[in-house]
Formats: sequence, C-alpha cells, structure tokens
Amino acid sequence: MTDVTPTAAEFVAPAEVEEVELFHPKSFLTKYIWSQDAKVIAIQYSLTATAIGLVALVMSWLMRLQLGFPDTFSFIDASEYYQLITLHGMIMVIYLLTALFLGGFGNYLIPLMVGARDMVFPYVNMLSYWVYLLAVLVLVASFFVPGGPTGAGWTLYPPQAILSGTPGQEWGIVLMLISLILFIIGFTMGGLNYVVTVLQARTRGMTLMRLPLTVWGIFVATILALLAFPALFVGCVMMLFDRLLGTSFFMPTILEFGERLQYGGGSPILFQHLFWFFGHPEVYIVALPAFGIVSDLLATHARKCIFGYRMMVWAIVAIGALSFVVWAHHMYVSGMNPYFGFFFATTTLIIAVPTALKLYNWVLTLWRGNIRFTLPMLFSIGFIVTFLNGGITGLFLGNVVVDVPLSDTMFVVAHFHMVMGVAPILVVFGAIYHWYPKMTGRMLHQGMGLFHFWVTFVGAYLIYFPMHYLGFLGVPRRYFELGETAFIPDSAATLNAFITVAALIVGFAQMVFLFNLYWSRTRGKEAGGNPWNATTLEWQTPQTPPGHGNFGPELPIVYRWAYDYGVPGADQDFLPQNMPPDQVRTGGAALETEQKPA
Amino acid sequence: MQKPWESVPATPGNLVRGREFSLPTVTVGLRLFLGVVTVLFALLVVSYFGRMAFADWRALPEPWLLWLNTGSLIASSLAFQVALVAARRGHLVRVRDGLTTGGIFALAFLIGQFLAWQQLVALGYFAQENPANAFFYVLTGLHALHLLGGLVAWGRTVAKLRRGVALAQLRLSVELCTAYWHYLLLIWLVLFALLIFT
Repeated sequence: MTDVTPTAAEFVAPAEVEEVELFHPKSFLTKYIWSQDAKVIAIQYSLTATAIGLVALVMSWLMRLQLGFPDTFSFIDASEYYQLITLHGMIMVIYLLTALFLGGFGNYLIPLMVGARDMVFPYVNMLSYWVYLLAVLVLVASFFVPGGPTGAGWTLYPPQAILSGTPGQEWGIVLMLISLILFIIGFTMGGLNYVVTVLQARTRGMTLMRLPLTVWGIFVATILALLAFPALFVGCVMMLFDRLLGTSFFMPTILEFGERLQYGGGSPILFQHLFWFFGHPEVYIVALPAFGIVSDLLATHARKCIFGYRMMVWAIVAIGALSFVVWAHHMYVSGMNPYFGFFFATTTLIIAVPTALKLYNWVLTLWRGNIRFTLPMLFSIGFIVTFLNGGITGLFLGNVVVDVPLSDTMFVVAHFHMVMGVAPILVVFGAIYHWYPKMTGRMLHQGMGLFHFWVTFVGAYLIYFPMHYLGFLGVPRRYFELGETAFIPDSAATLNAFITVAALIVGFAQMVFLFNLYWSRTRGKEAGGNPWNATTLEWQTPQTPPGHGNFGPELPIVYRWAYDYGVPGADQDFLPQNMPPDQVRTGGAALETEQKPA
Repeated sequence: MQKPWESVPATPGNLVRGREFSLPTVTVGLRLFLGVVTVLFALLVVSYFGRMAFADWRALPEPWLLWLNTGSLIASSLAFQVALVAARRGHLVRVRDGLTTGGIFALAFLIGQFLAWQQLVALGYFAQENPANAFFYVLTGLHALHLLGGLVAWGRTVAKLRRGVALAQLRLSVELCTAYWHYLLLIWLVLFALLIFT
C-alpha cells in the first residue's frame, strides 16, 4: 500500500510514518480467528468480555434474589453467596470493563482515529487477545473444580482468602490468581500496542492536540494500567506462593480450628497496599476511557465543539497522575497512622478538582448546543448525572471520619456501583449505539434502544439510591443474610426486596439490548458511512465497516482538530478532520484560511 | 502554541509528525516495556523492605555461586555490546560471535541460578522457612523468567542471522537485544546488592 501521493497538496511535509507491511490474511482462520487485524481483535475482545460479563450479570441476580428474599431459595447457600459476590466483582471490573474499554474500544478506535492502518505490533496484539481468552477460561474453569471458585471477595484479602473457612480455598483461589496473572500478561501485550500506536503511528497532521478525546482517554488509561497492573501481579505471585508453597509473605501467625498453621509473621496489610496501588488506578482505567468517549459523543450529538479541549486533555492526565497517590483511602479502617489517613484524604479531595472540571466542561459543551436526543446523547447525559452522583458520595467516603462508620456498608456498594459500574457502562452503551453503525453498516433499532435506555437509567437509580439509605442504617455489605439484627428495621428487608425487583427488570432490559445487537446486524436501517455527521477519521473511511488496512490506498491527512462542529461561516455544520481547507465552502467560496509559512 | 480550536489548516509548521519520537517504533515499545518491568521490580523491592521490618526475618547466606553467575551475566552483556558495535561497523562475523557468546553466558547464568537454588534447598533454606528465603526465590525467579523471554528474542535474532538476513536489517534486532540485556543486568545488580546487603 502506498502513502499519500506527494503531489496531493504541495505544502504537505513528507510522511514521517513509513508504510507498514500489513499481514494479509488468506484463509478464514487467519482472517477471523487468528486475526492480526485490530478491528477483528476488538470484536473478539468485546464478545468474550460480554459473554463473561453476562455470567457476572446473572450472578448479580442470584445475589439480589438472596438479599431480597432470604430463606426462599434453597439453591443459594452462604458459601455460594460469597463466591457470587467475589466473581461478580472481579469479572465486572477486570474481565468485562477493563477488557471492553481497552481491548475492545481501544483496538477498534485507536488505529482508525489516529489514521493508522493497524496497531504497530499486530502479532503481539493477537497474542494479547488469546492470552486474555485463556485467562477467562481459567477463571471459568474455577467454577468446576472441587470446592468451586474462590469466595474471598473481589479484593482477595489474605489471610482469609487462603484459609479453609473460605469457599474455594482448595483450587478456586489458585485458579483465580493464575487467571489474574495471565490477564495481566495479556493486557501488557495489548497495552504496549495502544500506547506506541498513539505515539508513533499517527497520520500526518494528527498532532497530539488534535487527537479526539476518546484516544486521549484510552491512551492515558492504558499507561495507568501498564503501571498499576504490576502491583496486582506482584500481589498475586506472592499470594500464590503463600497458598502453594506455604511461604508467609502475607500470612500472619494464625490459628485455624484451634490448630496453629505453618504460617507466621506475614503482613496482610502489605497485600492491601499492593492491591489498592493497583485497585485505585483501576477505577480510572475504567473511568478515563469513559470520560474520553463521552466527550466525543456529547460534541457530536450536540453539534458543538467540546468546551475547553486542552483543559480536558490536561484533566485526564492530571487525574491519571493523581490516581496513584490516593490508594490508601480504601484502607482507612486497616489501622493506619492517622497522619497517613490525612494525607490520603487530602489527595482524594484534590482529585475532585480535575474531575469536576471535566463535568463542568461537559455541561458547557451542551450549553446552547444543537442537542439531538439520539441514543448516544441520552446515555451520555445519563452518564454525566450518574457520575456526578457517584462522585459526590466518593467525597463523603474520602473523608476518614465519614468513611469509618460507613465502611463496609451498603453505602460503599452504592457509591462504587454508581461511579464505576453504572456510569462507565452507560458510556459503553452510548458508545455501542454510536459506533455500531460503523462496525456493521446498520443502525441499532431506535425503539428497542429507547426502552433499553430508560429502563436501565431509571432502574439503576431505583437500585442504587435506596442502597445509600441501607448503608446509613448500617446494613453491612457482603452479608449472606441479616437475620435478626437489632439496629436494622424491618423496612430494610422491604427495601431490599424492592431493589431486587428493580435489578431483575434492569437485567431484562439488557437482554433486549443484546437482542437489538443481534437483530439490527441484518435488519437494521442502512447507516451509510457517516450517519452522525461526525468529524473524526473513523467516519471518513472509504468502506463501512472499514476494510483491511482501514483507509484507501492513501492515508488521510489531518487538517484540523476533531471538534469542528458549527464552524461560523462554513456551509456544512461539521468539517471532517481530513477535509482540506480549500474544500470548505462558505456560501460558495472557500473559507478564508490562514497559512503560515514553513 | 497550537490552539486546536482555531481552524488553522494543516501547514508544514503544524502538520506535525506522525511520530512522537524519532526512534524506531520497536525501540519505543521496548523502552515502554522496560518501564513496566521497572515498576514490577520496584514494587517487589518495596515489598521486600516492607516485609523485612517484621521480627521473623532471617537473612540467608547467599551462595558464592551467585558471584560467578553475576560474572556470567556481565560477560553476556559485554558480548552483546561487542555484537552491537560490530553490527554498527558491519563486521558480520563478530556479530555472530558476540551473539553466540552472549547467549551461552546467559544460559550459563540461568543454569548457575538453578544450581544456586538447589544448593540452598539442599541446605534446608526452603521458601516456607523464612520470608527472606521466599523473597530470594521470587526475585531471582522473576528475573530468570525475564531473561528466558530475552533468550526467545535472542533465538529469533540468531535464526535471522543464520538465514542470512542483511546486516542492516539485523542491526535493530541486535540493538534491542543488547538494550534488554544491559537492562536485565542492571536489575540483577540491584537485586544482588539488595540480597547481599540485607
């Protein structure tokens, strides 16, 4: 394939990105299974993540059935309940959201949006998916081993994670740790690709400050992940040693059923530090891509340039950096030095500054925009509101004095589900409604989409708002049943039943969404190449869905930033990034442009 | 400074660079990977110090073999450096010799590490006996795994050499291997110092 013809525009500098030699698949196997095309890998990642995510969704129904109607279902006992909460959390955070945002959206959008033919290391990219799939399979295998999967809670805190009172102590925890180690290895392979592709494979004219915010979000999130996952890796390796070889990295001297175990002297707190040094950035690994994507959705569907682009970029970078110095706010009740807590409370509150800045900018983007209430727009607005709600309860919990009484209550469950469950998943939905036409050439069904949005959005509030109140009452999280608890009124049980019904209804709406994905694939309305009149490069590909190599014989040249909507004087209400200045019509005449000499 | 919201068209001045660094893409990838490796070992070292503070820590006597192994790894790194210089100057034979010697010394290092483990086990320094022992095995093990990964890249480079690939194309592979080897040597020296002085 050739690059831009030198004569395309005389003032164009020679290409600095050399043409890559793409791997051209010849058989079905190399085209769709062992594919090295980032778009196929993205779909593989997305399908796998969705499949395992569905398992976690069903788990949440089972948990809710138990909480809403205790003593009713004989097929859920206490051990199974612990296994359900553990795997639900682990799968949703790591195997679904991380994999979907970075492996799915990252793979699909980065090369297209930066104007590259593919990722820079396609072979490693392919390996990344297969190692991820292996990690998922190992995780699934843990359902079928003696003792079942681990029930240690998604944080896997030692010592209880490897003591015999915890379900899955025999095999479950071992497979969980191995699966995480594999996931991290697979992710690292993918992550190197995403970062280096953004840095080294952008097309001509695509400066860093012309990148769509989606790419910025995924780019910074990947850097966070590359720096944070090693902490989880180290924690997993050491705990695997503790479990299999009987070392005492994390295991203190401990009695089990009156018998002294071989362990001694280890530090469970050390694991907590390692876990949360990964765990807190993980929140932003999920949130930053959502931030980026939602910025693009808002600008496109409000037909207005993003407000404060440069501020948005720096806010993403600042949030990313700050996310590494707040981890111990998850450990206020671990018996830490009060000054330590003070430090982490302060940094936690500081992180609210760039985050609030982003929220204001999103709202200001909508301000006096030509808002179109398309499905992506609805989900984006849903995200803004939900993220604000979840973020504000985060400020409560970031303060030591408020956190201590609320720690391990349903308030915490409500907070993190709002901020890193519902909010990012709303963006995932919005993004799917937005990019599905590019991926398949057809629009998703509007009616089913509206049903999906309203039930999910309103339903999520019916589920999680009451949970805050349960938390205030002192209802603890992770309890199989409350039984006769003096300080919890009976109305808490009624509220729990209500939440369960809401959760089941929201779950049903997701089935409608999945059906919509399947149905519209062949029966949806034809979308054409650029149904949303968007400016970014993925909508300017010659084929829809984009063919192998993404662009035609010539790579696009970028002349402007990603947010030229409603440019004063221009006839079109959007100017694609690759539209040369001399083609911009203003009442018949080319827009006057400023051309600086070299 | 470029203002992205102004509709300045792409001109030679702002029509920047498809790439942020003038280095080859693979080199950027390797450096990023080394960054990840650094974080990994840094966290291990921090955990090491954290765990050391507890009362039950009893340092183990490092086998003398480790000194020999360190020598092997230094020799290996030097041989890679020789190969690199030769690749830049176009001495194909010396590239081959350097790569072969480097690979052999790296293998010697790995075998030596394995023997050191066996010595320790024979003396009863099992991983479960003391956290110092456990850390020794984890640190040396992870370092060895990284070196094994390097040997895969080394094997591919040697295979290219044998296929008779032109030196100009080989140079980048040699450069990457050498950089990786030097870095793993550096990490080993840090780990070795840590093990000896604590």
